[in-house]
Amino acid sequence: MDKVLVANRGEIAVRLMRGCHDAGLACVAVYADQELEAPHVRFADEAFALGGTQPSDTYLAIGKLIDVARRAGADAVHPGYGFLAENADFAEAVVAARLTWIGPPAKAIRDLGDKTVARRLAAGVGAPLVPGLPEPARDVSEIRSFAADHGFPLLIKAAFGGGGRGMKVVRRPEELDQAFESAVRESTAAFGRGECFVERYLEEARHLETQCLADGTGKVVVLSTRDCSLQRRNQKLVEEAPAPFLTEEQEGRLYEASKAILAEAGYVNAGTCEFLLAPDGTLSFNEVNTRLQVEHPVTELVTGIDLVEQQLRIAAGTAVSFDPDGVSAEGHALELRVYAEDPKRFLPGPGRISVWEPPRGEGIRLDAGYGEGDIVTMHYDPLLAKLCVYGADRAQALDRARAAVRSFRIEGPKNNLPFFVELLDNPEFVAGSYDTGLVNRMRASRKSG
Amino acid sequence: MAEEVRAEMAANVWKVVAAEGDSVEDGDTLVILESMKMEIPVVAESAGTLTQLTVNEGDIVNEGDLIAVID
Repeated sequence: MDKVLVANRGEIAVRLMRGCHDAGLACVAVYADQELEAPHVRFADEAFALGGTQPSDTYLAIGKLIDVARRAGADAVHPGYGFLAENADFAEAVVAARLTWIGPPAKAIRDLGDKTVARRLAAGVGAPLVPGLPEPARDVSEIRSFAADHGFPLLIKAAFGGGGRGMKVVRRPEELDQAFESAVRESTAAFGRGECFVERYLEEARHLETQCLADGTGKVVVLSTRDCSLQRRNQKLVEEAPAPFLTEEQEGRLYEASKAILAEAGYVNAGTCEFLLAPDGTLSFNEVNTRLQVEHPVTELVTGIDLVEQQLRIAAGTAVSFDPDGVSAEGHALELRVYAEDPKRFLPGPGRISVWEPPRGEGIRLDAGYGEGDIVTMHYDPLLAKLCVYGADRAQALDRARAAVRSFRIEGPKNNLPFFVELLDNPEFVAGSYDTGLVNRMRASRKSG
Repeated sequence: MAEEVRAEMAANVWKVVAAEGDSVEDGDTLVILESMKMEIPVVAESAGTLTQLTVNEGDIVNEGDLIAVID
């Protein structure tokens, strides 16, 4: 491998290109018309215009991306996250074009991308699972009989959903018909597929996950756990590694289930297994993310292992650079997703960045997709940067994060830094015993006084 | 007293979930807007009857545009 096409944009494209340079590889950027001067284009060794403004004509245009790879003489493609990262057709097209796909096999992407298949696979290897329908529901009466057996609340989920979308909580039988009908409609509109299944819903659960690497020899290593419970609109805002205050038993179950699931799926390269942990200790497998994730830096910070480096090695058929039996997590890391959103209602908005003064301090890592003078447009999600902080323990990481959010200055588009200032003093968050309901509780208490 | 539900930012109207004449409660989703690749629900902040729903799926709204009236 000499040259990698990074089929993405923003902060992750820059991060991946840094990884390529660290490994002595050249990197190629692609861009939509309006991104001619974007940071990822400036960073790359070569950049190719995709011709167009919409994602469908640019970052989602498989034919154009393969064509750029050929013209640039790239021998590998990294899809990043989002866009085509979990598109099995893209993985197959890359391989068919005799390029190296930096990611898992297309079959694993396809199998694990169907949540009902993933559930059956997990159940088959004995992973913990809440009760749920094994196949998408053909009609609402199937869901009604599931409810008769298992009770409420239930979660209707899009089988091909993701990113926190395509989920409807149903608390009462009268809501079922409307919820199922709109779930199918919205899923079709958002994901192109209307299949929905149902599971018992775990209220006030923690969202936990494991960063895994399958090295291609059949060995699956878990590098660290992460806690991603701090969410708004079912999307992550903050992630921590390792997940705070897990018992050894809980950690063991997460590790064993993750390794079994990925091994059974024939997985290769980096992937994440997601779980929910209810207040009563019930653990349930949620899904597998067949890609490198936004929050991968927190695992890198506590293990000292560069995930992109390992991805490149595994794709090239080389051994990973660390001892798979010697992985240990030390210290604690947090990632705060700095979004172009207001800090109270989390409503997004574009703008030209007139001031960008990054935070300085010990243990800070900033993965940014923008800088001073750059324009945040309406075309893409509002992620400005990932502010990551490392400390010798969680308390130090929190202290460093408090200083970092106060010293980070962004002007132009709105930003959610003031929310993090508030969060880092929230008693539940500081105690490390919070769940996916925390942001709603913070906003509810603000509303009432 | 009528509640005027207005758009809080520029966005596309992705889904209209409620209909004129519906009985709504505080917290019910009326429409779902899409902005910057994210779905943002617009919810009722009072209980009552949805007497006006002034947007259709596919419309573009600007900050401050009226979306619905609840009486």
